[in-house]
Amino acid sequence: MTRAVGERLDTPTLVGLYERMLLIRRFEERASEYRLAGHIPGFLHPCIGQEASAVGACAALGPDDVILSTHRGHGHMLARGADPGRMYAELYARVEGYNRSKGGSLHMIDTELGFLGANGIVGGGIPIAGGAALQQKRRGRGGVAVSFFGDGAVNQGAFHEVLNLCALWSLPAVFVCENNLYGEFTPQADQSPIPDVADRAAAYAMPGTIADGNDVLDVYEKVAEAVARARAGDGPSLVECKTYRHRGHYEGDMCSYRPEGELEQWLETDPTITFPARLAQELGVDETELGEVRARVERRLDEAAAFAAAGTVAGVEQTLEHVYADSIDSKALR
Amino acid sequence: MSTIRFGQAITQALDEEMSRDPEVILLGEDIGRPGGSFGITRGLLEKHGEDRVLDTPISEEAVVGAALGASMMGARPVVEIMFNDFIVLAMDQVVNQAAKIHYMTGGRLSAPLVIRMLCGTNGSTAAQHSQSLEAWFAHVPGLKVVAPSTPRDAKAFLKAAIRDPDPVMFFEQRMLYNTKGEVDGDSEPAPLGEGLVVREGGDLTIATYMRGVHQALEAAAILEEDGISVEVWDVRSLVPFDRDGLRASLERTGRLLTLHEAVARGGFGAEIAAIAASEMFDLLKAPIGRVGALATPHPYAPQLEAAMLPSVERIVDVARATVRGGAGVV
Ligand SMILES: Cc1ncc(C[n+]2csc(CCOP(=O)(O)OP(=O)(O)O)c2C)c(N)n1
Ligand SMILES: [Mg+2]
Repeated sequence: MTRAVGERLDTPTLVGLYERMLLIRRFEERASEYRLAGHIPGFLHPCIGQEASAVGACAALGPDDVILSTHRGHGHMLARGADPGRMYAELYARVEGYNRSKGGSLHMIDTELGFLGANGIVGGGIPIAGGAALQQKRRGRGGVAVSFFGDGAVNQGAFHEVLNLCALWSLPAVFVCENNLYGEFTPQADQSPIPDVADRAAAYAMPGTIADGNDVLDVYEKVAEAVARARAGDGPSLVECKTYRHRGHYEGDMCSYRPEGELEQWLETDPTITFPARLAQELGVDETELGEVRARVERRLDEAAAFAAAGTVAGVEQTLEHVYADSIDSKALR
Repeated sequence: MSTIRFGQAITQALDEEMSRDPEVILLGEDIGRPGGSFGITRGLLEKHGEDRVLDTPISEEAVVGAALGASMMGARPVVEIMFNDFIVLAMDQVVNQAAKIHYMTGGRLSAPLVIRMLCGTNGSTAAQHSQSLEAWFAHVPGLKVVAPSTPRDAKAFLKAAIRDPDPVMFFEQRMLYNTKGEVDGDSEPAPLGEGLVVREGGDLTIATYMRGVHQALEAAAILEEDGISVEVWDVRSLVPFDRDGLRASLERTGRLLTLHEAVARGGFGAEIAAIAASEMFDLLKAPIGRVGALATPHPYAPQLEAAMLPSVERIVDVARATVRGGAGVV
């Protein structure tokens, strides 16, 4: 956090960034409770601690841009402006959910927001993002494709194929690596000899930058630079956000693999605490206003959870729907 | 109407679809100025431009992903995979992503892309350039699987595949590339999912596709001399599959033999046999015969490869046994 907060964005926008981060934090904390209460049947990979990367990156995007995300994707989706009610409805396996209860956490989409999907396969969204970038270029309207992935995904072959392809064709892609220091239960240092993922960009003749992934403004600035480059037709970039997940890999993981004191150290840069503190200190945003933000987030999530709980359950006849987009005689497609 | 080679039929379908719809784009290795490893895309870059004929690095996963992502946003990409043996490098994008995108998004997104793949042996092409992997994809809900045997079908089905809203795995058997047949000029697409009786008969149905159709016709001519009347039923499309066509044929013959160049074990013939046995048992007068490749990697030595692959002789033997009521496998 080197620059002053108010340098590039006005105060209401900055307060809005805080609100998004808090919305994500509380969405995830509540999801954990709802899961324990038995409302959510599937996997959850909470992004608690990583809110600044999601919000900072998405703040740099425009309406024509599209996003491909990961198994830890709720934050990206909310940062893009998705409706928490339809998200909870999907987690609750209700028809009102984003994917009509066919996808769950790992496959959520919002086509209107250009959110083309979380992904259950580590690195699986990266090649699709390359294709989205190809189509953005063909459309010629200046849209970009953003690919989020973790530090673990960069060891997949697909990552290298796609960076090479996108650089070769100067596609408007922005690769955002959220380096949270772990892939499941294994430290990044035990998975790769290259501590800074950003260094890998050099192999594909594209800029690679490192952002403080817990500083929403630093992420915003680095991603905005990459987006501007992509829009200008100058090709892809790689931005590495150094961050940390406070919770386990998934809900239920006890994190016994963490060295003592590591979490505590990262909690000191918790973006949902440090950022509002800066807003207060540097811009004089007062406690009343911050309190209103907190209350608004809780109200929204109360409504969202109520919407999900009141949702309908799909009839079993829907099991066979949506296997094909085609309306061909279904007997032939069994 | 003109007589053209199978490979030319593919070229015509691509060319005509590209002229019809600017969203049709091609991606593949060497497909640009070189015109592809087998010359299928020759001239298309010059005619339709570099922006639509995308010559890619040797990165199957990135290329299929590029087609998928573009298709989710409105493009109609056609990928050329040089040999179906190489599609395994892109299996995540095909099986976990493209096949499932429509379903797992509750119908909100779809992936209208085509993956064209060469398959089958071309004579001593050995273990990594000869396989016929169509059954793998028929096993995955969300994919369609097409396997034409003639230039006419190749052209009409490829056009249909390109216009289809779902991902289509399109198999082109190497040994058929130079076979000839009649094709209409600017022909219409043919709906996927209809089999075709290419020879009528009363004693035995050979259900097959791609080069198997041609082998079955040869076998049928030999069996006719024995007084065995063979119906050759071209499956044409594995998914969707023409159950009614199979039933109609079995109503005429009462006996079934499945045939493909793919390994018999777990091959699509097993699915056809299972459909017949479980849904049409009342029509069957005899156990079902099966002919496919032996369960070995493709050997290089010509005599070993010949022993591994289905031959007309083997088809004739199994057909005779089936009609006698004691069908054997292989
Ligand atoms: C292809 C594949 N291999 C393994 C897994 C199991 N898995 C799920 S998340 C994960 C770790 C991913 O680490 P990273 O990319 O750093 O993302 P993070 O979980 O830290 O956000 C693994 C191994 C998977 N889902 N897909
Ligand atoms: Mg990680």
